[in-house]
Amino acid sequence: MTAFFNEMYQGQQVRAPYAALGDWMQSMPAELRSLKQAEAEQLFRRIGITFAVYGEGGDPDRLIPFDMFPRVFTAGEWSRLERGIKQRAKALNAFLVDVYGRGEIVRAGRIPGNLVYQNAAYEKAVVGIKPPKGVYSHIVGIDLVRTGPDDFFVLEDNCRTPSGVSYMLENREIMMRMFPDLFRANRIEPVDNYPEILRRTLASVAPAKCKGDPTVVILTPGHFNSAYYEHSFLADLMGVELVEGQDLFVEGEFVWMRTTEGPRRVDVIYRRIDDAFIDPLCFRPDSMLGIPGLMDVYRSGGVSICSAPGAGVADDKAVYTFVPEMVRFYLGEEPLLQNVPTWQCGKADDLAHVLDKLPELVVKEVHGSGGYGMLVGPKSSKAEIEAFRARIVADPGNYIAQPTLALSTTPTFVNEGVAPRHVDLRPYCLVGESIELVPGGLTRVALKEGSLVVNSSQGGGVKDTWVLAE
Amino acid sequence: MLSRTADNLYWLARYMERAETTARLLEVGARIALIPSAAGYRNEWDSLLRATGSADGFAARHADASQKNIETYLFFDHDNPSSVAACITRARENGRIVRTALTSQVWDALNTAFQELRSIESARRGVWELSRLTEWTMRHSAMVRGAIEATLLRDAGYDFLNLGYHLERADSTARLMDVKYYVLLPRADFVGTGLDNYQWTTLLRAMSAHRAFHWAYGGEVTAAKIADFLILNPQCPRALITCVQGLNTHLDRLTRAYRRTSTAQAQARVALAGLAEARVDEIFDEGLHEFLTRFIGDMALVGLAIHDSYLSGDMR
Amino acid sequence: MWLTVDHQTRYTYAQPVRAVVQSHRLTPSAFDGQRLIDWEITVSDGVMGSRFRDGAGDQIQAWTVLGPVSEIVVRVRGTVETLDLAGVLRGHRETVAPQAYLRPTDATRADQAIAALAAQVAGTAGGLEQAHALAGAVADAIAYQPGTTHSRTTAAEAMAAGQGVCQDHAHVLIAAARHLGCPARYVSGYLQAGADGQAHEAAHAWAELWLSGLGWVGFDPANRCCPDARYIRLGSGMDAPDAAPIRGIARGVSREAMDVTVAVTASQQ
Repeated sequence: MTAFFNEMYQGQQVRAPYAALGDWMQSMPAELRSLKQAEAEQLFRRIGITFAVYGEGGDPDRLIPFDMFPRVFTAGEWSRLERGIKQRAKALNAFLVDVYGRGEIVRAGRIPGNLVYQNAAYEKAVVGIKPPKGVYSHIVGIDLVRTGPDDFFVLEDNCRTPSGVSYMLENREIMMRMFPDLFRANRIEPVDNYPEILRRTLASVAPAKCKGDPTVVILTPGHFNSAYYEHSFLADLMGVELVEGQDLFVEGEFVWMRTTEGPRRVDVIYRRIDDAFIDPLCFRPDSMLGIPGLMDVYRSGGVSICSAPGAGVADDKAVYTFVPEMVRFYLGEEPLLQNVPTWQCGKADDLAHVLDKLPELVVKEVHGSGGYGMLVGPKSSKAEIEAFRARIVADPGNYIAQPTLALSTTPTFVNEGVAPRHVDLRPYCLVGESIELVPGGLTRVALKEGSLVVNSSQGGGVKDTWVLAE
Repeated sequence: MLSRTADNLYWLARYMERAETTARLLEVGARIALIPSAAGYRNEWDSLLRATGSADGFAARHADASQKNIETYLFFDHDNPSSVAACITRARENGRIVRTALTSQVWDALNTAFQELRSIESARRGVWELSRLTEWTMRHSAMVRGAIEATLLRDAGYDFLNLGYHLERADSTARLMDVKYYVLLPRADFVGTGLDNYQWTTLLRAMSAHRAFHWAYGGEVTAAKIADFLILNPQCPRALITCVQGLNTHLDRLTRAYRRTSTAQAQARVALAGLAEARVDEIFDEGLHEFLTRFIGDMALVGLAIHDSYLSGDMR
Repeated sequence: MWLTVDHQTRYTYAQPVRAVVQSHRLTPSAFDGQRLIDWEITVSDGVMGSRFRDGAGDQIQAWTVLGPVSEIVVRVRGTVETLDLAGVLRGHRETVAPQAYLRPTDATRADQAIAALAAQVAGTAGGLEQAHALAGAVADAIAYQPGTTHSRTTAAEAMAAGQGVCQDHAHVLIAAARHLGCPARYVSGYLQAGADGQAHEAAHAWAELWLSGLGWVGFDPANRCCPDARYIRLGSGMDAPDAAPIRGIARGVSREAMDVTVAVTASQQ
């Protein structure tokens, strides 16, 4: 049995960041705890925050379990993470600028051209465009796991439209309402300026043709989308319009919004719909969600789209392996955050290793998400492993494999009291004129004992994430 | 404001008001059914269906105009776009889309109505008798309206909500009166008889205007007084003139806020001027049914103009 | 050679349409084989939109028509001076990596028959010779027969039918070339029909293959040749839909009819 790193306890010793939480936990009898838990749930329902994170789909009225026990980082821990995350976000954007330009990294032989240019997420239509401030991916969500006091690994990068940030904000809001004393006793860095920083970031990448205050909008697929709540929540906090494709149209050289006072020009679109649906004229002709002609306006610099179409080529699971190489190539630095060692089943050597060690590995589909289509070797039966083996052999290029990581645990409220449960972390890095990271993120927790799968569709919950002030 | 947002607010209001109207119609029907009628019970219900414009839809689904079938159709049937259940569901859906344009009180009121509706729908039929269903509808309609009045910012969104309310109410008052004249009394010799007055009174009750009417007019109930009250008296909250005044108020506010006039405003002004000069005996001379038909048509045109001027997103 | 083009596309709608958006790739490519003498594009009731050169070097011009209209006429008139470069796209400025043209699309997926066709010539020495052999094999496999295929026929379908038009020839050639690992793309343009009636289709399409040492080289299996001075190149894409000279969309379209006339004539210098 692997020894898992417990973020609160080292032996009998309570680690520094959690010092104040020990007493808090003791001071809460079971009845009060269930009362508070019910109160939190009611608050979530009242606000209407019911949606699936990370594009998992499913019932839009589902509530994701909220665990009241916060996850805590010290200022020191965070500042190291912060530097690593910002470094990675910068390298990913440099990569996008490069592969939609001259492709120096491919020419230099540091990454195979077929991984980039034949990638399904590579958009030929974007080649040669110079987006304002050289940014393609404006909101970078980096999924991290921890295995030791100083060991953080990046599980994956999300360069398109990472979701879940509304949970980060709501979890904090609810914790502050329910446990104000905790916030008086601990000096916790605020996260509630995230919407304002996001708005500033988006405004900073307004196209050159925009004079004066840019008009920013959020583009949603509509109220049937599972993340609609998040879209409307962010629009509300940022004070910008939440639009659907039908609310926008192209005329002349610009994009306009249909308002009760007539057409109003739109400068920056924070889109929460996929590339394929953005413009039926350019991509999928059957898309009812998009804006015909949008890409022409975008390509001629009449509007900014965040993230840029084609940004997905940077967060592909096969490209992921090369992110440390990007950091070295573009920034001339050593990567501060490590990748999880990854085997490409498409390579013969790697495949042999993977098939040999299958019971010890985690195997994922290259384009899968949400914890579906994956095998967690140590948690699977012989039959499950053999069934999965057949799938890999049938289409090796579709799979990557990683060692089973010893995900850290944090104390979590469970029926019997408090017990350690495995967690991951998604911080949200904002890239515009400057690179910003609010001190916090979304901590997901696997509520099932021993489970390493934190996805909400498979029994995961969420926690408030604290960064302590110096 | 986004045209679509304005459209959602406008329809939120129209659906809430329409739910209430349908509930009132159910109530009128229930009362009418209690008194003897030459043509029989069945015809009274038919006339109600005709007033909601859903006689054909009903006939397609139910053979028999029994009270139970009509209750099913007007309250529960989601395929009937005027049913209480359909209207409340759609009002709430419109509200959900523009959640951030509403206060939490307004959303709470809407959402509570919707959640309770679901539990009514899952209850055994008959547990909720008709009068409880109609009262429930009116109570929730009032709660949403109250939350809007008490908490909502007085911006353009407030105006679009009110345009929806006033337009729907003008239309529904006219239709409720038309039930009375158009269908219930096809034969001229009934006009002015005691039966006639009794049915008029029932109508007043269903509009919750029975006592108000007596305070305002006193004495014997006559068709002329009732018509005056429901059409021309600005003290009556459901009178046609009150609704048209409301339309004018909110269209004028939009004109000022946007610094541009609209066709909708011009049409609403003409409608108001017409009502302000009208006298009840002239209306009877024209024929109440003819007058109401014309009025319903005018309101439809105002609705169309509001759509073109603000909601379609196609204006320049 | 000086070529004069008069190309008119007339869209008629059963019900009037609004908010028509079009994206045009109707300006001759800028490369050593072409020089614009004069060129004019008009769109009835149209408002000129964005204009830019994309990464593939194509001149893109967007148009919008507010409407409601029941007819839209797009007219292209102009004269181009052309040179015979034996199909080589010399002096064309573009930034898309050739490797990006290896990805198959729905219209250009190689099935077994196309793979077999490619295998026939795979033995031929690489480069130019192989490309010519491939284009010849495609011309042999697909007889020119207008009316047997439509705008959405895929390469595999055309291959199975054994007949088609220039679009089908280009699609099959592209599919086969990509199957052999050679980047290939679809090119749309005009062709001056000779007096002998040999050349097919004035609004024309062919394929370009990426050959080491030469860069992009055009092949026209429909006419068993490489583009010469009779050809005007407009733009390229992964397949026919991607390279379409006119893409458009309108709100509230009921039924659309399209009528195209193209005349390409050699003019006096």
